[in-house]
Amino acid sequence: MNFARRLHAGSAEATVGGSHQASLPLAIDDMTVAYDRKPVLWDVDLDLPAGQVIGIVGPNGAGKSTLMKAALDLIPKLSGRVLFYGQPYAKQRHLVGYVPQRETIDWDFPVSALDVAVMGCYGRIGWFRPVRRQDREQAMSALSRVGMADFAKRQISQLSGGQQQRVFLARALAQDAQIYFMDEPLAGVDAATEKMIVALLHELRSAGRTVVVVHHDLQTVAEYFDQVVLLNMRVVAAGPTGATFTPENLEKTYGGRLTLLDQAAQAVANPDIQSSS
Amino acid sequence: MNHRLAQLRIGALSAITLLSSVTDVSADTWQSDVWRVLRLQDYNTRVVLLGTLILGIACGVVGTFTLLRRRALIGDAASHATLPGLAIAFMIMAARGGDGKFLPGLLLGATIAGLLGMGTILLIRHTTRLKEDAALGIVLSVYFGFGMALLGVIQKMRTGHAAGLEAFIYGKTASMLAADAWLIAGMAVIVMVACALLFKELALLCFDQEYAAARGYPVRLLDIALMMLITLAVVTGLQAVGLILVIALLIIPPAAARFWTNHLGYMCLIAALIGGISGVIGAGISAMAARLPAGAIIVVVAGVFFFISMIIGPARGMLYRGLHAYSLRRKTGEQHLLRVLHEWQEVTHDTAMPFDEAVKARSWSSAYLRQLIRAADRRGWVRPFTGTWIELTEAGHREAKRVVRNHRLWETYLIHYAQIAPHHVDHNADRIEHVLGAEMVEELERLAGESADRKPMSSPHPLLMPQPGGQGNT
Repeated sequence: MNFARRLHAGSAEATVGGSHQASLPLAIDDMTVAYDRKPVLWDVDLDLPAGQVIGIVGPNGAGKSTLMKAALDLIPKLSGRVLFYGQPYAKQRHLVGYVPQRETIDWDFPVSALDVAVMGCYGRIGWFRPVRRQDREQAMSALSRVGMADFAKRQISQLSGGQQQRVFLARALAQDAQIYFMDEPLAGVDAATEKMIVALLHELRSAGRTVVVVHHDLQTVAEYFDQVVLLNMRVVAAGPTGATFTPENLEKTYGGRLTLLDQAAQAVANPDIQSSS
Repeated sequence: MNHRLAQLRIGALSAITLLSSVTDVSADTWQSDVWRVLRLQDYNTRVVLLGTLILGIACGVVGTFTLLRRRALIGDAASHATLPGLAIAFMIMAARGGDGKFLPGLLLGATIAGLLGMGTILLIRHTTRLKEDAALGIVLSVYFGFGMALLGVIQKMRTGHAAGLEAFIYGKTASMLAADAWLIAGMAVIVMVACALLFKELALLCFDQEYAAARGYPVRLLDIALMMLITLAVVTGLQAVGLILVIALLIIPPAAARFWTNHLGYMCLIAALIGGISGVIGAGISAMAARLPAGAIIVVVAGVFFFISMIIGPARGMLYRGLHAYSLRRKTGEQHLLRVLHEWQEVTHDTAMPFDEAVKARSWSSAYLRQLIRAADRRGWVRPFTGTWIELTEAGHREAKRVVRNHRLWETYLIHYAQIAPHHVDHNADRIEHVLGAEMVEELERLAGESADRKPMSSPHPLLMPQPGGQGNT
């Protein structure tokens, strides 16, 4: 019944490009997101291709993390539609891995590196059930992939910044997702970790996975990413790095404040100010 | 007399003499009460102690999650919010001609009121911009105030016998019946089973709420489930501990347990253990002396456990941290000594350094320097000290090279990357170099363009070393 309805809906959408969207890891249509009524992302349209390493780049406050969180239903959208492989996120969670920003973590929490990696397996274990041996093994192999097997028993505050980041990558790896969202995984890590993480991104790409990375270091964009999304409250440009990561587009993204958009956002948030400004 | 000696052996005498001074019950009956409790002769006592044991365990387990979720005080709001429920349940039961102090009825009323209190907190948090602490304060005081007002009304009611309700404020195990204790034990077991089933979900909620949400866990529902468990635990503890102090059973055992372990599962176990033992000891003492509020004793016992844990806990206790800081200071001092000897040799090409020069090299007291030399001697880094000359051994030489190299790598890094003036660098490098890990050293080598097999690099700034016979620089 459900299946039939879905098929039907699929064929109806095929005429407007639905079948094309179904193959895309991520398709965002006309998404607008606001914090406390102040819009931070306007009308985002974004189709991300499979098997690529994609960087999201833009100035502070451009809405890079917000884009990820809204796509993952972590914050509400004012409008728009987000599809993962043609389906809403709620139906495709198992295909999507997420590495949050390091600042959001309580490092004093009594968990070891292995405990954190095992969390990636929770979706497979299911409710009310304890962690099984095979989950711990899977988590251990994820830790080995990021070179953290020797630190499995360490409490997370006893790890360096780079090591902490690797552990959280291992958690996403243990989930074995198809598309990975990583929020600033390279921020504040040592050079060895950065090299390791970038190698891992490319390894995931070779395995057919799609990796979306919020990135802040413009110097390394061309080297690390196949595709780039330039973001500043709206998508300034998106596409293959060579064609997209151009001085003109960067100027549009970073150059000057987007005074009109910003003022409009302020006005929406605070109608009282409008008259005085 | 023999009787008394036996008690001595059990080690309860100090508590007993303390207690007998505050009770006016005649000494003979009182001591036989104590004896009965200690030997668990009485079925009722046995069940009451079992009940408080399980209560303490359940509170320790739930408390671990609330503490880690940084919601430690929510249990306080829940417990104070139960008072109007107790009062209304009493009034209803008394008005219908029943026993107003029928425990299941009272606890049902308390649970409903407690849950309403939790609901009010959620409502305030989600509909206004008030922060959680304000919501807690409002719910705690308003519900408690309302409950106190209702108690006042009950005092004036003809039905009387309201005096027993105060037991729920301060806690009283002396009047507890076996049936009450079984009820409490049953509720506590429900809380424990729920915590065990939801262990990994609650752990994820407390640790990384955003990730839990991204993975599809109903974070808000889990949060409500945790609040319900807290309410249930608090209601369970009302009779034994009292609503004012039951929060202590939720906070103190987990906080004490954190000093012992870095592992969530063990933290739960240790918190359960401390909670259970505190419950039994407190309830036992209160059962012996009817005038001593059980809640107060339970909390004091738990407090003793907390202070012991805070001092000797191996995971993060004060003693452990102190020892760690001391050994780091000691290690730093020893490395400084090695570096001074090494640099002396670089400048003077002399393998032995006069004691007086070494004293001048850093602002050491000669007593401290002797201490350092003894420590370095124990490690085999310097030759046995004769009183005037300090000399590195072969092993000491190798270690000194490593230490000096790390120091200079760090100095070079500071000069080139942190833009610190070269003459300031020595002092800055001093503090960090001793904690450099292998990974950081590799990174520094890469930045300084050094390879790992190179010989000790030269100092990036002129060495400030007292010249033999000359004036020492600072």
